[in-house]
Amino acid sequence: MRACVLTLVLTLAWCGQVFADANYRQVAGGSFVSALSLDGARVPVPVAGFAMRSTPVTVAQYLAFVRAHPEWRRDRVPGMYAGGGYLASWAGPLLPGPAIDPQQPVTEVSWFAARAFCAGEAARLPTWYQWEYAAAADASRRDARGDPARQTRILQKLLERTGRAPAAVGEGSANRYGLHDMNTLVWEWVDDYAAMFVNADARDPGQGNLLKLCGGSALAFANRAAYPLMMRVAALAAMKPADVSGNLGFRCVRDTNRGETP
Amino acid sequence: MIRRLTLLALLLISAWTGTVQAGPAALPADSVYRTALTLRDQTGLPFTLESLRGHPLLVSMIYASCKDACPMTVEAIKRIRTAVEDRTGRAAPPVVLVSFDPVRDTVGALAMMASMHRVEAPTWRLARPEQGDVRAFAATLGVSYRMRPNGDFSHNIAIVLLDADGRIAARTGEVGAPDSGFVAQVSHAAAR
Repeated sequence: MRACVLTLVLTLAWCGQVFADANYRQVAGGSFVSALSLDGARVPVPVAGFAMRSTPVTVAQYLAFVRAHPEWRRDRVPGMYAGGGYLASWAGPLLPGPAIDPQQPVTEVSWFAARAFCAGEAARLPTWYQWEYAAAADASRRDARGDPARQTRILQKLLERTGRAPAAVGEGSANRYGLHDMNTLVWEWVDDYAAMFVNADARDPGQGNLLKLCGGSALAFANRAAYPLMMRVAALAAMKPADVSGNLGFRCVRDTNRGETP
Repeated sequence: MIRRLTLLALLLISAWTGTVQAGPAALPADSVYRTALTLRDQTGLPFTLESLRGHPLLVSMIYASCKDACPMTVEAIKRIRTAVEDRTGRAAPPVVLVSFDPVRDTVGALAMMASMHRVEAPTWRLARPEQGDVRAFAATLGVSYRMRPNGDFSHNIAIVLLDADGRIAARTGEVGAPDSGFVAQVSHAAAR
């Protein structure tokens, strides 16, 4: 009987998480041309509709996750899943401390940790294409990447933030999907980030594509438009999946597969 | 009845918390077997990563429709095992090849790949992930992959020697002539 109740409670909790999460916004599917030539020719990539967290995961939200999943406390997690700097700025394993705003995006989390958080709310990390597609929008346009004034603003904000703790999430205006902080607050983990740097069906292991991305593509994009994106890719390229960084956070996505809305 | 419900509750919990879980306490902190993963091999036999404990193992990741790198990987592992057996006079560690394409890599597709390469269970197990986080497991091995729009995968190659507890003892990405350092490490493991 007790097991019965437990099952019911768990099922309800699970359903609640899946269907009633105000943190997510719908991103209508479509196709776009990625700034990175990951798959050879620069052709439009189809992106199915998905739901994405409106902001990066905050310190407060991550703290709640660590409380519920103590195996992800910094004093318990195996080094294989999160390196030495994991949540290192926190005052204690369950205490961010007074120096950290709970509404800041959580950083110093590994790719493994970010994935575990997302799995805990029936979600996952976005793919690079999903992230880039969602980040291309501004308040009115689905693809505002060609707007030089916008790119200058993004670059300016990135320069201003250098060397500082990230500000609270959600302070900037949302893009047309209702997503905040996509380009300017922190770098964000993507699920397939490590594979952005390997060759198709690679014979040589390691980071065969890196030169192509950071050399060839950067030259091919010798305008400022792609520069913030190149910075982001370079930041990700430097990371192993257990590594952490003070300006690398994450947000999660869920598949919804709703079609394009014009 | 109660037991069955408890089991259901446990299943729900594991489906709910998903992906990376700290394994049982007995596994070392740096064991790749800590990633909870259930697989099924080319003979249809299910097994968990943790069940592979107890002896050294050669592990790599493949997908059956792969035209180029994966066949080369299989042949490279054959050459490594032959070199080890010539050198030590003992059986080389068995092999588990984990697919990162569970949608297309059915038991049948894996059986066909095994027969094409003339490799057999239980020494060679080609396995599809059925439950758990295969991308996290891949990452612990240093393998990354992404599906391209044409259905191929971009991925890198790693042939990894695991010790009896699933700790990474050696690794190579060489699929041409056997990597002599790696052969020496595998020989060392085989001779123990």
